[in-house]
Amino acid sequence: MELLKKIMMDKLAAISLSIVAVTIVVGIFAPLFAPHDPYEVHMELRYASPSWEYLLGNDHLGRCVLSRLIYGIRPSVLWVLAALALSVGIGAILGFIAGYFRGKTDAILMRICDVMLSFPGYVMTLALIGVLGVGFENILLAFILSKWAWFARVIRTAVMQYAESEYVKYAKAIGVSNMKIMVKHIVPVSFSDIVVVASSSFGAMILQISGFSFLGLGIQAPHAEWGMMLNEAREVMFSRPELMLAPGLTIIIVVMALNFVSDALQVALDPKLMSSQNKSYRNATTSAGKLQGKEVA
Amino acid sequence: MLSVDHVEKFYRKGGMFSGERQHVLKNISFACKQGESLGIIGESGSGKSTLGRLLLGIEKPDHGTILFEEQRVQNRRTRLGNISAVFQDYTSSINPFYTVEQAVMEPLKLQMKVPEDRKSKLVTLLHQVGLDSSYLKKYPHELSGGEAQRVCIARAVATEPKCILFDEAISSLDGSVQIQVLELLKSLRNIYNMGYIFITHDIQAAAYICDKVMIIRSGQIEEMVDVEHLKDVQSAYAKKLLQMIIS
Repeated sequence: MELLKKIMMDKLAAISLSIVAVTIVVGIFAPLFAPHDPYEVHMELRYASPSWEYLLGNDHLGRCVLSRLIYGIRPSVLWVLAALALSVGIGAILGFIAGYFRGKTDAILMRICDVMLSFPGYVMTLALIGVLGVGFENILLAFILSKWAWFARVIRTAVMQYAESEYVKYAKAIGVSNMKIMVKHIVPVSFSDIVVVASSSFGAMILQISGFSFLGLGIQAPHAEWGMMLNEAREVMFSRPELMLAPGLTIIIVVMALNFVSDALQVALDPKLMSSQNKSYRNATTSAGKLQGKEVA
Repeated sequence: MLSVDHVEKFYRKGGMFSGERQHVLKNISFACKQGESLGIIGESGSGKSTLGRLLLGIEKPDHGTILFEEQRVQNRRTRLGNISAVFQDYTSSINPFYTVEQAVMEPLKLQMKVPEDRKSKLVTLLHQVGLDSSYLKKYPHELSGGEAQRVCIARAVATEPKCILFDEAISSLDGSVQIQVLELLKSLRNIYNMGYIFITHDIQAAAYICDKVMIIRSGQIEEMVDVEHLKDVQSAYAKKLLQMIIS
């Protein structure tokens, strides 16, 4: 709660957090929020411009763009987030073990990571789809399998630097167990690094999913997905460019919101950044009147 | 209390497959009685900090044993509440995410003996190291070097351990603060009857606070003398070290 308050003090972060929260809620309860059936075809409404009934217009088959966007949250955001959380989780556990214990454990784990990293990501995914068949789940599985090694390596480097610090040495000396040291000392300080790494690859993951959907390997035709909607709009890019706006802007807004939230989280968690921000916040409130005038101009 | 028996330590040089090893500590044996203060003196690279890490059980010796009250010091149960440490680098000695209160509470919580009146206990501890209660809510980056080192000392004495190891703990402080901290350590020792192991390259500081002094050079014990007899050292190296201070 304390944390939430701190985040809410930053306006940009508060807006971003609410965007992310709304997106997730709307995605989970998509049938409640979508005004129309996303698969319903109305050939007479092809490329119709926005109207009161269809707020964002209709696509090349006359389907409601807004409903498709809302249904697209599930694969584009929720499943990607789940896959991301899983691969970051695996990477974090291995990275913590390797970075904290060093020595032989580290050498073995990192060689395994090196092997995983030496496969080109796209080829891995294609091979896995070749083996398991076309499907969205298989792409997610391929993502988890190919990304964890990268996360493990990045997190290991972060952990290693903190594991050397004197407060960890002190905790070891007074007999704190390794598990407790990791949870109490290293997780909080390296959390911001992990969040930054994870959120920066979230955008890349959405785009890659769209890429595979574009190749016809991911989400299959009638189902809605943001990348695929963008791809469908691409065919009429020059005659009706506005169709690209809705999915394109949504992707940009959600990815940006997530990045801002992760930034704000980093600031809110770090006492050093926090206190300096509090000071600037206090200064800002005193000159708020002047600033507001400028904002309007 | 603490007995070190034929301890050897190697570090691997180069990569994973290189067999070359550096011999850091050679056949170190000594003992330290309850409540006794031992100074370990040596120049950079003499292996004194490595010896400190071995004594704290953070690293294992390659040969030999280190026993604390007849039990292996590597076992963390042995160290629990009995051994504590203060390190050189005060900037990273306290977790930047912890307030002073949380930092000092850490060893107390570990022992499951959080005092009923934890607030007054913390205030007493801070008072003993010359800080007031307003420091409790401060974060490490808001403290000066001397203050941070005092907090570390408060944290180290919080559980009233039998032995505290100081690894170059005052070397990074400036002169006047050094003297204050040394005075503080002396008075704390009288209050709690603790033993100190004082790793330093500063003979004067060691002589001021220790009962016995061990001079270590390139991984070997050069000489071990009582502070009163410091001027009659035998080995040439120890004589040279003393000569350098006097001149």
